[in-house]
Amino acid sequence: MPNLRFTEKALSEWMRGTASDSDIVISSRVRIARNLQHMPFPLLATRQQSEEVLNRLAQVAETPNLKSLGTFYTVKLDEIEPIDKRVLVEKHLISPSLAGESQNGAVMISEDESVSIMINEEDHLRIQCLYPGFQVREAWEKATAIDDLFEAEVDYAFDDKRGYLTSCPTNVGTGLRASVMMHLPALVMTQQINRILSAVSQVGLTVRGIYGEGSEAIGNLFQISNQITLGQTEYEIIDNLHSVVLQIIEHEKNARARLMNDSRLRITDRIKRSYGILSYAEVMDSKEAGQRLSDVRLGIDLGIVQGPSIPVMNELNVMTQPGFLQKKYGHDMNSEERDIYRARLIRETLAKA
Amino acid sequence: MLCQECGKRPATLHFTKIVNGEKNEFHICETCARERGEMLPGTSGGFSIHSLLSGLLDFETAGKGMASSVKTPQSLRCEECGMTYTQFSKIGRFGCSSCYKYFGDRLDPLFKRVHGNTVHVGKVPKRSGSRIQLKRQIDDLKLELQRRIQQEEFEEAAQLRDRIRTLEKEMAGQ
Repeated sequence: MPNLRFTEKALSEWMRGTASDSDIVISSRVRIARNLQHMPFPLLATRQQSEEVLNRLAQVAETPNLKSLGTFYTVKLDEIEPIDKRVLVEKHLISPSLAGESQNGAVMISEDESVSIMINEEDHLRIQCLYPGFQVREAWEKATAIDDLFEAEVDYAFDDKRGYLTSCPTNVGTGLRASVMMHLPALVMTQQINRILSAVSQVGLTVRGIYGEGSEAIGNLFQISNQITLGQTEYEIIDNLHSVVLQIIEHEKNARARLMNDSRLRITDRIKRSYGILSYAEVMDSKEAGQRLSDVRLGIDLGIVQGPSIPVMNELNVMTQPGFLQKKYGHDMNSEERDIYRARLIRETLAKA
Repeated sequence: MLCQECGKRPATLHFTKIVNGEKNEFHICETCARERGEMLPGTSGGFSIHSLLSGLLDFETAGKGMASSVKTPQSLRCEECGMTYTQFSKIGRFGCSSCYKYFGDRLDPLFKRVHGNTVHVGKVPKRSGSRIQLKRQIDDLKLELQRRIQQEEFEEAAQLRDRIRTLEKEMAGQ
């Protein structure tokens, strides 16, 4: 029986923690892509080869060094239900592509869910560390330490000139993707967001929706990450992201202060309306939920809403996703049904908070 | 404007797809978009980074008139996994780590465009990487040596030269 503890609760243990600037930066994530030598990438690997990769890497997880970092649970994607895959994606523990199209795909997840090690995704090995708040440096430290542990046991595909070799040319070199998830409602309301986001893309960073590539920004949540992986050191990549995020935090804080100064009544009204609607509505689609939850989160940050805490809002962001809703209520739903259950879940959660 | 899928609700999502200069506009409503996007988050739309990349690569191979000197021979392929350069330029992904070797410098324009760089300067594996670290150290010292010579600081330059020799011996010995 595969281990399904990770799909039961919406809130990962790591999300409970609060960290610096966690009002604006929700989470920090670092992902390192690695491949084994003399083995075709998952794209071309035969079933037997991908199984070999899985066994090799799962063996490393059994070594004392990795165990010293805590308990890891291995989940084989073939052995779990589609709904559980979806929940793992919604919790950011695996990527959509590992859930959707992997062969012999697996993930090793740490007890507190802050580390997930994906096997046979687009690359043989993807090490991901996910931390609350603005801790991109800490996440990198952890990820590179885990990378060292794997490197001690297996031979990576590495080239003097190109660095760590990856299946996609956009990851080659460091194989590093560092990203932060930011909640930027005031920059959206004051219509400064596009200007800032286009400035961000000028300095080698990119902005995506919360579920990565190709997803849209829901609930004023933006994921900012490095675009370049070749020709910069990991330190430079992390540092560049760090300093740009610091500036965006500053802009968002200023925009919030200005909003409260210039239009306190309108903002307070908007936030309380959203809080009221979430507390009483019978039907709620995901887009509206995203927007209203963003308003309430802002309300908590500004001291306008008392009651629900930021971890509760983090939990609601995950719980209101389609996969988790269906998991929680135990049956398939069409989108109309989901909207009804979503509204119910939000009502009940806020009533308890 | 009405949704082009259902023709009932107003279109709220508008996007333009340009393939080989052929422009297609799409106008659909939220509900139809959601129905289409019933898959996993992040995988909807079908427009991935890979299709974007293959656009860049096609430009490489399709640039017949303007850059015939860098034209890729049809036969270029990875001896290890069998992926051809043409396949690679369609999929936007390598088949194995040897593809990098077989496609070689032909990849430089692509890396230049994606990363602005062609050479890795970051972390190297500890076990197999000590030679690379040594080489980087020597390169740095050589640059420093040039600078010292230009500034006519010959004593420091001589010291640097000696250190470079020692390191080079060390590298040859590995």
